[in-house]
Amino acid sequence: MATVETKALRKEFIGHTAVDGVDLVVQEGEFLVLLGPSGCGKTTLLRMIAGLEQQTSGEVIIAGQVVNELPPRSRKIAMVFQSYALYPHLTVEQNIAFPLKAQGAPRGSIRGEVEKAARMFGIESLLARKPRALSGGERQRVALARAMVRQPDVFLLDEPLSNLDAKLRTLARDELKQFQRRLGTTTVYVTHDQVEAMGLGDRIAVMNKGKIRQLGPPQEVYDEPADTFVAGFLGSPPMNLFRHDGVLVGFRPEQLLPPGEDPARGPTVTLRFRVDRVENLGADRLLYGTLPDYAPAEKLIVNLPYTVHAPVQAGQTPEFRIGEQDLKFFDLSTGLRVAPRPLRRGQS
Amino acid sequence: MKLVDSERGLGRVLLAPAVLYIVALVGGPFLLAIGYSFSNVTVSSGGGSFVGLVNFRRALADPSFVRALGNTVLFAFASQALVVVLASILSIALQKDFRGKWLVRLLILLPWVAPISLGTIGWLWIFDPVYSVLNWTLRSIGLLGPRDWPVWLGEAHLAILSIIGVQVWRTLPLATVIQLGGLSSIPQELHDAAEVDGAGFFRHLFQITLPLVLPVMLVALLFGFVFAFTDMIVIYVLTRGGPYDSTQVLASLAFFKGIDGGDLSGGAAVALFLLPVLATGAVLILRLARRAEVT
Repeated sequence: MATVETKALRKEFIGHTAVDGVDLVVQEGEFLVLLGPSGCGKTTLLRMIAGLEQQTSGEVIIAGQVVNELPPRSRKIAMVFQSYALYPHLTVEQNIAFPLKAQGAPRGSIRGEVEKAARMFGIESLLARKPRALSGGERQRVALARAMVRQPDVFLLDEPLSNLDAKLRTLARDELKQFQRRLGTTTVYVTHDQVEAMGLGDRIAVMNKGKIRQLGPPQEVYDEPADTFVAGFLGSPPMNLFRHDGVLVGFRPEQLLPPGEDPARGPTVTLRFRVDRVENLGADRLLYGTLPDYAPAEKLIVNLPYTVHAPVQAGQTPEFRIGEQDLKFFDLSTGLRVAPRPLRRGQS
Repeated sequence: MKLVDSERGLGRVLLAPAVLYIVALVGGPFLLAIGYSFSNVTVSSGGGSFVGLVNFRRALADPSFVRALGNTVLFAFASQALVVVLASILSIALQKDFRGKWLVRLLILLPWVAPISLGTIGWLWIFDPVYSVLNWTLRSIGLLGPRDWPVWLGEAHLAILSIIGVQVWRTLPLATVIQLGGLSSIPQELHDAAEVDGAGFFRHLFQITLPLVLPVMLVALLFGFVFAFTDMIVIYVLTRGGPYDSTQVLASLAFFKGIDGGDLSGGAAVALFLLPVLATGAVLILRLARRAEVT
């Protein structure tokens, strides 16, 4: 168990900066998720922590020790790759035993360690098989067992669930979280999937263009986005943003609700919403439309959960309500959060 | 119906040149050689008559045949063993990124695109008894004393070494390129995983990289082996089987016996000894290549 720290970590490739001065501290036993769109530098950051990529400048510190110059094998880390990277010519047992043999574990103890790891992931019956005879979910478990078997200080995962089908992914996510809880190993997890990030992370670091835009617990990052990028990246559909009165105003689609349905924490604001189209998704209804009094030209989305029965049809302009504290304000040019202000009619 | 619309008709037409080529230039001569080997035909005798296994018995009793058989096996095995090792080293070195990589790759491929006969004539000059650039270089850097002057193609053991060397030079480029292809088909994540799992250079090489490239390596080996086993150009240009048949191989012996010597049936019998060895070799290696797996 250990902390992971990066200081002003940079990585430049020819022509572009992949990671642009990242300062990050991962606490002992923490599950930290690096979340961002593809090309945001999250995988490069992870690979620098692993030692698979040499940083241009800055420091990587694992368990209080600067590991800048250490090869991956000396960093006491384990990594699970997107493709699982199982050795195709070795059996499951040999795959799991590989890190133990590589670090020179005594021959007699290897068999026991492998069986222990296999039991933990429920793959004892697969030990004699080759990876190509395994299903996606089984391969993922083998990859996890191989990573866990030598009890690393830090566990690095690079989109380990993205090759599973949707149903299996939800299950695997839950299992992964449980294993991490039980072992208490410090974990850095890379994903572009906000649902995974919200579900797994103790904290989420949202990255864009090589920088961490916001770092915090999932709920905080969701409720109080630090800028328009974070606001637009998290949530499905993402936060609505419209220009008004010299600022960008944002609200979550599920927070604008018919009167009587609103959670009514503190004072509320009433907004007329012009519905152009209704999309029924079963669990939710999505309303596509505009706010005629504030931003008649900007397309917005309202998300009504199935518990809301108010009949809404295209062409209507019902009055909806939103908590005052659920309206977020951002600077037009920088995109950063600014102090809340009252909405004024007709000032778009 | 037009020809291009008929899958069967068009298929036959397109296949015809290849079939014709194989029948006329491979199948026909092959059957003819089998026929000759059981007869007593010579260049001047015309038809000849069936004599059973006489030619094969004669060949086996001939010391130069036994020598040629041994040489064929020796040259093929020795050169391909060297090629496997050298191609592995070369391809792994060439996989790394460095400046001027394309130039080095080009230079390494060059022996493969050069005509074998011309390349071998080049080697003939390199091994020349008087002007050998090899000897002069060795002498000028002090590796050869004033009394040493190896005659590369004139002394039996040196001639054998020279021929193995030229065979390596010839087959190394193809093996290297094939193996480079095999290496680059290994996903980077597997190498990363081996790094993170703690494998050092040799563990990584011998337990991950080489086993994964093995099937492709076997294909390269098969090609190289067939080339080396059946080749006579190198021998023909460099030594003509000499000195005293010490570098004779089956292919060259068959040629000298059957064409130069006029003993068609004897030459055919010698040449046919190549067949079972090559057929077994090909089947074996193909089977091996299929068993080894890459996902």
